[in-house]
Amino acid sequence: MIEVRNVTKKYGSKAVVDNVSLTIARGGVTSFIGPNGAGKSTLLSIISRLMPYDHGEVLIDGQSVARSKSNDLAKKISILKQENHISVRLTIRELVSFGRFPYSQGRLTKEDQQYIDAAIEYMELGDLQHRYLDQLSGGQRQRAYVAMVICQNTDYVLLDEPLNNLDMKHAVQIMRVMRRMVEDLGKTVILVLHDINFASCYSDTIVALKDGRVVHQGSVEQIINTQALHDIYDMHIPIEVINDQRIGVYFT
Amino acid sequence: MQLLRKESGTVAAVTAAEHEQRQLRSLWLKLVFLALIGGALIALFLTINVTDWGFALPRRGRKVVAMLLVGFAVAYSSVMFQTITNNRILTPSIIGFDSMYMLIQTVIVYLFGGITLAMMSRELLFVINVGLMVLFASLLYRWLFRREGRNLYFLVLIGIIFGTLFGSFTSFMQRMIDPNDFTVLQDRMFASFNSVNEDLLLIASAAIVLVTLYSLRFLRSLDVVLLGRDQAINLGVAHANLVNRCMVVIAVLISVSTALVGPITFFGLLVANLAYQYMHTYRHAFVVPAASLISVIALVGGQLLVERVFTFSTSLSVIINFIGGIYFLYLLLRETRRD
Repeated sequence: MIEVRNVTKKYGSKAVVDNVSLTIARGGVTSFIGPNGAGKSTLLSIISRLMPYDHGEVLIDGQSVARSKSNDLAKKISILKQENHISVRLTIRELVSFGRFPYSQGRLTKEDQQYIDAAIEYMELGDLQHRYLDQLSGGQRQRAYVAMVICQNTDYVLLDEPLNNLDMKHAVQIMRVMRRMVEDLGKTVILVLHDINFASCYSDTIVALKDGRVVHQGSVEQIINTQALHDIYDMHIPIEVINDQRIGVYFT
Repeated sequence: MQLLRKESGTVAAVTAAEHEQRQLRSLWLKLVFLALIGGALIALFLTINVTDWGFALPRRGRKVVAMLLVGFAVAYSSVMFQTITNNRILTPSIIGFDSMYMLIQTVIVYLFGGITLAMMSRELLFVINVGLMVLFASLLYRWLFRREGRNLYFLVLIGIIFGTLFGSFTSFMQRMIDPNDFTVLQDRMFASFNSVNEDLLLIASAAIVLVTLYSLRFLRSLDVVLLGRDQAINLGVAHANLVNRCMVVIAVLISVSTALVGPITFFGLLVANLAYQYMHTYRHAFVVPAASLISVIALVGGQLLVERVFTFSTSLSVIINFIGGIYFLYLLLRETRRD
């Protein structure tokens, strides 16, 4: 369970995350949605200790993130950000191998190799594993990063806008993998999503943020409805039920 | 873990292990190859045109030791600096580290006068210098690199401005110094490969051995830092702590090389990038030795050229900065095209 207690993060005098308290249960897919600048990514970075904050506390399974050892946390929670700039050339397999660093500190054991193979296979990257990252398409590269996170084998997996710059096919592919990670491997997945319809189709819980505050938290039915979405986005979004999925029609 | 499928997994593990083995072997071979070239050049440097062995060998030997120390210090500090700043274009020298060393040295002479200095042992002065250097360099560059994602060109600009600023301050203070003091300063300031500060060799070696032993255990964590700050933290590296420690190590290494032979701005850039290009690996355990060997080859080979072909009509720093400067422009242009 991840608990966020009264967390505030300010840039100058502007609070980008404003006294947020939030509980995310184990298991399932939780999506953070909200307009640009709502503080979704910032909150994700705070939970995963990438960003310092001004007030409050974050607990993972009852333990304070600020007081835990970074290497212990790396076996419990993983984060994948949107921007990943690497200044050297790496192959997919080398990248995925880094996922074992918290366990082996760079000296890969036989067991590590098995995890690496399994992660590569899970993301269907076997044929590409010795290709360099800069030779891959955006979708393949994103899959390689997800494979690294799988290889890290943490209970909690956080992804910051994993669908950015992906076409429909690859976006669906990534979201299906997230679902499978929850169902097959018992992971807890937390995502920042921009497309409410992806959030609607794949989430168990949706957290809606606006101006640095949590405005709604609940099941898909509770959030993906015209009234709640109006609170979040200040726009009228009719909801249609298509094949049992709640789809917001916001294009016109 | 459920996601392991035993049969296919084992087969893949074997081929992956083989692949790994082959890669390791080729990396080692490449290092041996570099070491052979380096060794051959050093042997040539020591033995070419000797008329009086008793006179030539100790003198040349000290020069070779200086080149080994400087080569290693520049290579190691540049590779480390590029990793923690996540770029391949900047090195401590380009961003003004060695000008800072010169400035500190001048300020000390200015404040305490040449007589105190002449009485002070050179080793002690060196230690004080390095201490101040570590302090200022880590403060200044921590401030500079604290914010994530600072634009690379902004840093190049700031670095060049700092370098010039420190340089101008240095010459300004030198003009105000008592001429007697200046003579004391002069023979320390204008070290080059032709006139190595040889009485510092011992303490310089000690400093290098110490910081190297201290920092060897960072090498594997530095591999992870190549993925960027966020990924490094995600994988459990205490990033801020590691960067601070590396900054201290870099400050010591740069102090050593600047004290021995003076500033060589573009050398680190050249050898670090050549090492990456030649080795095709991200592993610091291989890149650092390769960069060091390449820099020893460049220094010894270059010095041979300067002494035997150009017969001292030019200096090694000039040649290195000429080639390195062109390479720097090439890298900058390549980076621009990529963006």
